[in-house]
Amino acid sequence: MSELRLMKGNEALAEAAIRAGADAYFGYPITPQSEVIEYLMDQRPEKRTGMVVLQAESEIAAINMVYGAASSGKRVMTSSSSPGISLKMEGISYLAGAELPAVIVNVVRGGPGLGTIQPSQADYNQAVKGGGHGDYRMYVLAPASVQEMSDFVSDAFDIAFKYRTPVMILSDGLIGQMMEKVVLKDERKRLTDAEIDEKYGSWATTGRKGRERNIITSLYLEAERMEQRVRKLMNKYQRMEEEDLRYEMIHCDDAEYLFVAYGSSARIAQKAVELGREKGIKVGLLRPITLFPFPKKQLFELADQVKGVLSVEMNAGQMVDDVRLAVEHKVPVEHFGRTGGIIHTPEEILEALEQKIVKDGSIRHHTTREPSLL
Amino acid sequence: MTQEIIIAGFGGQGVLSMGKILAYAGMLQGEEVCWMPSYGPEMRGGTANVTVILSDDRISSPYLKVYDTAIILNQQSMDKFESAVKPGGVLVYDPNGITHHPTRSDIDIYQVDGYRLASEMGNKKVFNMILLGGFLKIKPVVKIENVLKGLKESLPERYHHLLPLNEEAINKGMQSIFAYDVEKQLVLEHA
Amino acid sequence: MEVLDIIRPENQVFCKTGLMTDATLTYCPGCGHGTAHNITMEVIDEMGVVEDTIGVAPVGCSVFAYDFMAVDMTQAAHGRAPAVATGIARTWPDKYVFTYQGDGDLAAIGTAETIHCCNRGENIVIIFVNNGIYGMTGGQMAPTTLPGMKTSTSPYGREIETMGSPIKMSELIANLPGTYYVTRQSVHTHKHVRKAKKAIRKAFENTRLKKGLSFVEIVSNCNSGWKMTPNESNIWMEEHMFPYYPLGDIKVNGKLKQVA
Ligand SMILES: Cc1ncc(C[n+]2csc(CCOP(=O)(O)OP(=O)(O)O)c2C)c(N)n1
Ligand code: SF4
Ligand SMILES: [Mg+2]
Repeated sequence: MSELRLMKGNEALAEAAIRAGADAYFGYPITPQSEVIEYLMDQRPEKRTGMVVLQAESEIAAINMVYGAASSGKRVMTSSSSPGISLKMEGISYLAGAELPAVIVNVVRGGPGLGTIQPSQADYNQAVKGGGHGDYRMYVLAPASVQEMSDFVSDAFDIAFKYRTPVMILSDGLIGQMMEKVVLKDERKRLTDAEIDEKYGSWATTGRKGRERNIITSLYLEAERMEQRVRKLMNKYQRMEEEDLRYEMIHCDDAEYLFVAYGSSARIAQKAVELGREKGIKVGLLRPITLFPFPKKQLFELADQVKGVLSVEMNAGQMVDDVRLAVEHKVPVEHFGRTGGIIHTPEEILEALEQKIVKDGSIRHHTTREPSLL
Repeated sequence: MTQEIIIAGFGGQGVLSMGKILAYAGMLQGEEVCWMPSYGPEMRGGTANVTVILSDDRISSPYLKVYDTAIILNQQSMDKFESAVKPGGVLVYDPNGITHHPTRSDIDIYQVDGYRLASEMGNKKVFNMILLGGFLKIKPVVKIENVLKGLKESLPERYHHLLPLNEEAINKGMQSIFAYDVEKQLVLEHA
Repeated sequence: MEVLDIIRPENQVFCKTGLMTDATLTYCPGCGHGTAHNITMEVIDEMGVVEDTIGVAPVGCSVFAYDFMAVDMTQAAHGRAPAVATGIARTWPDKYVFTYQGDGDLAAIGTAETIHCCNRGENIVIIFVNNGIYGMTGGQMAPTTLPGMKTSTSPYGREIETMGSPIKMSELIANLPGTYYVTRQSVHTHKHVRKAKKAIRKAFENTRLKKGLSFVEIVSNCNSGWKMTPNESNIWMEEHMFPYYPLGDIKVNGKLKQVA
């Protein structure tokens, strides 16, 4: 039976983890996502489903606890916010290298450094381009509502296990702290140890009962074998693009101009679309739901239809690079976004479209590009 | 129909919970709802505000520049949000501690003397419910029965004996809201 | 006699140390952090070493220590202050380098940095404010949270079986040969403030004499995180924190004190 609740994004995410049949959560408090571990501790999931919840001594410890549980075939999640995610990057690189399934949630705040606790999207590059060392990617889901904070947890686990890969849910302080109506999914039963043995016994370190032993490692000293491993990863990422790309198009059918925005910026940009259309500006919104893989082909095609594109992000211009690559200089592409934890208003976004694209739009090459702030 | 509301005052005035009860009531009657607080150090004894959006459509931006209604509980918030009410919109405020009353003539302005009434009722905590009652009299965006259900849901069980008092506060607010005339600078008629 | 006749320099019995800035403290009223700041700055002032002092601020409620302490200060990442201080002290061996850290910062995320800094016997002072909770982030459990104590991440009380026992950081690092002076103090009464200040003075004198690492733990309150009035929190601290974290010197001049 699905259930209707009014919940904060962070709480909905935590509840969804219990319902997704997660075996464990390891985390360390940090604003603006401490509600995740607080909610879990309050729910006593060890009694509800047998799920383990532990407050680690640091984010580094937490991600390595994740590595441990994942290597033995368990469904495991961790969450943090920007400074804590930076600390997890080493562990994430090892998870990718060792091909382990895990869900990592980043409720982003403004940075760099200790930064601010207000919402931001300044960790786009970190999430999408790697963040840790080596040739790897994470599958990145960007929720834009409390409902998606809840829904994407089980989706993330499914992808993590389908590809044996770390999956990131890239949220932000706005989605984490706001409350919306949410329909909770039914509880999925946790797998029993025997089921885990059966499903993941081919790779997980669950004890070598009745089978060859398994080794989890990311170390390949021989160059040829390391290259093989990298190829294997790249093949996975290729397959993700073919099978698991997600995006949403809003008012794109007749659009002459296009916003590209994800997460909370997409919500605000959607309002800017409404305001623009009231003014007679035919603008649409492409919302990437997965940031990796990125809807490159869709953008490439839309670029034949629209006169210009504005990438709206709460950062100094990160996703805009990917938008430009996809658009391949067919039409002008500019960035708009506030930083430092300031949230842009729908009016500001529309004004930026009018100024930067409708009025002044021209294709800029890297030599002529200005800093894109404001 | 979409109603975009900002509730703003000091931390501790029950701003966030007023918004939550409103959102909860909206959800009970099948609407889309969104509750977006200001958070962080500014809340420590400082100002607190929350945006509440009720709609029968999917809600786009949770973060707004202009609102249909502003419910204002202190001077700082008045300074910040009077100008953020859409023309034709509604501003409801508690005059207690307000030194510069609102001056806009293109919006409807109402006063509820919530702080004084709450003191008279012997429980200052129901202050926010008095204002909520006043607002709902002007803009019945949610049914009172759903507000009461929302209250029950958001109050911890150990406070459930206070439910009748809260209901009384809502009713009191409904009876005690007055239109404010910016020209004459005085409270006019029963709303 | 008029009031103005009383307000004269010769009648002054107390003044704010010149090394505290005029910025309004952001600490909750009743919190011990302010007093701990104040006596640290008084010591630096009285020793006349302000121009040779470099502080390292943590991540915690005292993250803004640099707004309040009028000395050169560097703000470190969460838990890394002892490593940052090492970097400063090793490259400026004649300076007075100190860190000021909370229990989450020093005894959770920064445990490795703390232990190795102490083990190397860096010539610095560590001021460790132990309030048994993460104050800054809204009252989560710290490694120092007492058994059974309720916090937002131990809402049913700290359970030893799953969450471990409170760490006695001073006792732990006193066992490392690198530490020269380890003491546990508090700042909740005048008497205790005077003692704590003496301890901090001794710690900085050790730095002057290049004796190695001095560690001053201050058991303090977090009235907000503990959800008590300031007065209640001080009484609770005496009744519950002090038995677990007994006040007094633990190691002096490189020698462990015999604990009864
Ligand atoms: C890498 C990282 N993780 C987590 C945080 C969030 N954080 C800020 S302060 C703090 C705990 C502070 O507690 P404590 O050191 O005991 O200081 P207090 O506030 O109690 O004085 C945490 C977890 C952070 N800023 N950086
Ligand atoms: S939260 Fe606690 S430690 Fe922080 S300033 Fe307030 S009382 Fe002090
Ligand atoms: Mg602390």
